[in-house]
Amino acid sequence: MYKYIIKRLLLMIPTLLGAAVLVFFLLRLVPGDVCEVRLAGTGLYADPEEVLLCQKNLGLDQPLMVQFWDFIWGYVVFDLGDSMWTGFPVTHEIGLRFELSLQVAIMATFVAIAIAIPLGIISAVKQDTWIDYLVRAFSIAGIAMPSFWLGILIILGLLISTQAVFGDPWMPPIDYVPIWEDPLRNLSQLIWPAVATGYRYSAVATRMTRSALLEVLREDYVRTARAKGLVEKVIINRHALKNSLLPVVTIIAIEFAFLMGGLVVTEQVFNLNGLGRLFVESVGNQDFAMTQQLVMLVVIIFVLTNIIVDIFYAWLDPRIRYS
Amino acid sequence: MTKAVKTQLDSDFEELSAKKSWYAIFFELVRKQPLAAAGGFIVVVMILMAAFADLISVYDPEANALEYMLVPPDEMFFLGTDQFGRDVLTRIIYGARTALTVGFTAAIVGSTAGLVIGVASAYFGGVIDLVVQRIVDVVMAFPLIVLALAVVATLGPGTQNVIIAIMIPFIPQCARVVRSNALAIREIPYVDAARALGFSNTRIILRHMIPNVMAPYLIMLTSFLGQAILLEASLSYLGMGVQEPTPAWGLMLQGGAEECAESAPWVAIWPGLAITLAVFGFNLFGDGVRDTLDPKLRSR
Repeated sequence: MYKYIIKRLLLMIPTLLGAAVLVFFLLRLVPGDVCEVRLAGTGLYADPEEVLLCQKNLGLDQPLMVQFWDFIWGYVVFDLGDSMWTGFPVTHEIGLRFELSLQVAIMATFVAIAIAIPLGIISAVKQDTWIDYLVRAFSIAGIAMPSFWLGILIILGLLISTQAVFGDPWMPPIDYVPIWEDPLRNLSQLIWPAVATGYRYSAVATRMTRSALLEVLREDYVRTARAKGLVEKVIINRHALKNSLLPVVTIIAIEFAFLMGGLVVTEQVFNLNGLGRLFVESVGNQDFAMTQQLVMLVVIIFVLTNIIVDIFYAWLDPRIRYS
Repeated sequence: MTKAVKTQLDSDFEELSAKKSWYAIFFELVRKQPLAAAGGFIVVVMILMAAFADLISVYDPEANALEYMLVPPDEMFFLGTDQFGRDVLTRIIYGARTALTVGFTAAIVGSTAGLVIGVASAYFGGVIDLVVQRIVDVVMAFPLIVLALAVVATLGPGTQNVIIAIMIPFIPQCARVVRSNALAIREIPYVDAARALGFSNTRIILRHMIPNVMAPYLIMLTSFLGQAILLEASLSYLGMGVQEPTPAWGLMLQGGAEECAESAPWVAIWPGLAITLAVFGFNLFGDGVRDTLDPKLRSR
């Protein structure tokens, strides 16, 4: 098992290296950089000498291979470089926002699980009844509905309902407070983006729970359990559910890795200063140093999640053995 | 089990081909796949909306009319106007053009490129396959929108670049699925026979392998349509996609929605509904295509 884990961790290296090559050269494929955006961004005349000086200061005048080597070497010496826009270290900029994004991501996951598993079970147990159709429509709508629109609707709903009930419109607070300082304020701010992201995220998991449970419910041992007269509730909770959760866990974990993508949009709607927002801003500013590190962060999270899922599999299902 | 499915399909087919009139076939399909038919209906309505936008609406989708700023829905502007005095309904109708252009182009080009790469990778095998699959691995480690944003960061915003940005993440996804199907086809003797007859690789790939992986290809293509429309809306919403004054649903939500959500909710509600309905329609339609082409998944 340990051998397997080490092998998987080593296999990460080529994937990450490939991702680094891809993102590095992708960003530099077309002329234009942060200096031009900053000095001529609003259509003003930019002094070519000033642009050159700015590029020299940021190291953008170096040959691409030298820049690429600096980028890779940075991982070895744990120096991820400075943001080309603000001048602060990338780690500092990410550190400021990491907590918020992580909290929203975790809360969204809980929202998704809280929606998906009960609904998936009900839908499977009541297969082909109106409840089943309702749940399926609900989950298909979750995939079709853009999370930024849901976010706008949530804000709109909050404004209108608080106006109607208290006579005074209320909006979630805009400035972020860590949860240990003021949990109530923190939650009242972050629960809404978590719901907006979590609903979409739950849609896939609901469908997966339903189809996995349906499959298990057709197994012989479930028929045996029914034949010996067990209550349906016990059959589902004790016998069927555990065996049907394997694919659900995978879907939830893989979606967690992709949550970063969802946050890019949701943070914009709720005006949250998180990693997703930072990513959009860096792309807009052509801040290569920031963009490439953020992309690499997402890819690392994705690859690591995949490994953890595989290991978790073996733990959840003793029949699976890796060598 | 497979036999039962097969006879079921055969009887479907005989039933369909036995009937002569096209509307009988049409009703048969509606009865067999009501959800896909509903999805198809939404898709057809969208296509008609896009094609006849000039005839349906009397307003200009791009011209500002500052005397009609943020007019609530009435008999003149059915869904109200936005902060530049443009009719929201007109912009939604014209927005269907943008959404369909981006959706179809990105999905068709992306999955076709994936088809060619996937089949070639399976057919040649060896080092080529290994290299292609490692590249696919790398590209698939990026969340869809992150990769699309990275491409936009390079090319800059604009309709054409958005199509490219959406298309690129689709290629490896389709290539992976097509390859696994093509691997099985490669082992079938007629491919060996074709090679023994001295046909060129291009001919074998185009004439003998690709027609046999059409099912997974079409399944991927239709499933990409909804995703592409959603992704275009997200990019435009972030200001990284289609640019003003081109009408696009995501873009309509960007400008107005946040600032005047409370005073003019119609600006924020209708474009989002259009996106949701369109993606919903394409997804149902795609599920129908998948169920028809891949009977193994039918029970799910």
